[in-house]
Amino acid sequence: MDFLRPASWEEALAAKAEHPTAVPIAGGTDVMVEINFDHRRPEYLLDLNRVGDLYEWEVGEDSVRLGASVPYTTIMERLRAELPGLALASHTVASPQIRNRGGVGGNLGTASPAGDAHPALLAAGAEVEVESVRGSRRIPIDAFYTGVKRNALAADELIKYVHIDKADGPQQFSKVGTRNAMVIAVCAFGLALHPSTRTVRTGIGSAAPTPVRAKAAEEFLNAALEEGGFWDNGKIITPSVAKQFAELCSGACNPIDDVRGTASYRRHAVGVMARRTLTWAWESYRGTAARSEGAA
Amino acid sequence: MRVNFTVNGRPQEADDVWEGESLLYVLRERLGLPGSKNACEQGECGSCTVRLDGVPVCSCLVAAGQVEGRDVVTVEGLAEHARQRSCGDAHGTALDEARGRQAQGTDSQTGEGTELAPIQQAFIDAGAVQCGFCTPGLLVAADEMLERNPDPTDADIREALSGNLCRCTGYEKIMDAVRLAAARQQEAV
Repeated sequence: MDFLRPASWEEALAAKAEHPTAVPIAGGTDVMVEINFDHRRPEYLLDLNRVGDLYEWEVGEDSVRLGASVPYTTIMERLRAELPGLALASHTVASPQIRNRGGVGGNLGTASPAGDAHPALLAAGAEVEVESVRGSRRIPIDAFYTGVKRNALAADELIKYVHIDKADGPQQFSKVGTRNAMVIAVCAFGLALHPSTRTVRTGIGSAAPTPVRAKAAEEFLNAALEEGGFWDNGKIITPSVAKQFAELCSGACNPIDDVRGTASYRRHAVGVMARRTLTWAWESYRGTAARSEGAA
Repeated sequence: MRVNFTVNGRPQEADDVWEGESLLYVLRERLGLPGSKNACEQGECGSCTVRLDGVPVCSCLVAAGQVEGRDVVTVEGLAEHARQRSCGDAHGTALDEARGRQAQGTDSQTGEGTELAPIQQAFIDAGAVQCGFCTPGLLVAADEMLERNPDPTDADIREALSGNLCRCTGYEKIMDAVRLAAARQQEAV
């Protein structure tokens, strides 16, 4: 095994081009476990800890450019206002020790359906900026996950930034597990209200071969909210609408039975989380809508 | 490969390090510092918690090569680390001294005669140590929390220690110990 220690982003890209089989390592949450248990013996380890760009973030007008290695702890503490869904999801990642080192780039690189960041990224809307010596490109989050632990990266590409739309409305995240800390999601659900476009987006984790959006549920809810004038009148969501939304979210799952839970439990739990997160987010939207009306 | 880094305030050099080796292995097997415990090797239990550039991490999930040029504090250096924090000077803990660190002193039951960090003394006084295997990780994590948050609520303590598993105590005595250390720290100010 060789340990490659690039000191800059350019050196990292050059190393990855020269050794496409090199396994990038940053927080080590997934990679070190595989090595410790002898499940994987990569020819090259590509250490990204020295690449400063990956630890930086920038809040722009419409989106946040998040370095792939910005630790979850930082997201929780510094980006809660801009990325509330991702901040909530970050807080459910493992333990303080792991959150101090792990970042979204690792979740995306591993592309496990159980990665905690995925539902939040899908719901908020995001693009993954990847680069190689050949150039850089931005992959929409919907197109990034291509299979179980597979993603759209080419062998010579590395993940540099994630561009995440800044929240324009309330966002929620929910995760099922046996305790609060150190839990791989049995299933998870992210939801974001986007009042500026009058749309709702979702993300489902650990209930299909890849993280997915519940698109039929989103379309149904968008139409129902529009039709009922909910975005303007700020009424509570009709229980039948919430129920239908929950059922469609369950329907978007394609889960398996495994040690953490059964497929039917996952389908059920995703429906429950969909209804709850919608209710929480909508209550908080109504709260803000009422306040801004009062101020006017 | 060779790895140069700072351990408990002193520069150290580890030789013949395998590229896939963890920081935990380097500390225990190459530098002779077995205080950080090897239990799950997957970041699940927190027994191997050390400070890396001040931040608590699972040393089993840090590749040895990643610590090149960086700063590590282990449980063996905790007493000195805490002493420096309260007096502000720094001389570090030598490897020989750290290797010889055992909570024996004149009385291993009370910690008397041994220089301990306040959190270590509090664990002894509160009876928070049973088999002792999780203790080093808990000490490092709890000490870091008290550094950041001198007046923690019970929820803060639970959150800070949520990455450390203990199978003996049921955590109540550990909670007592951290509350005790926090109270003593505040009295001292």
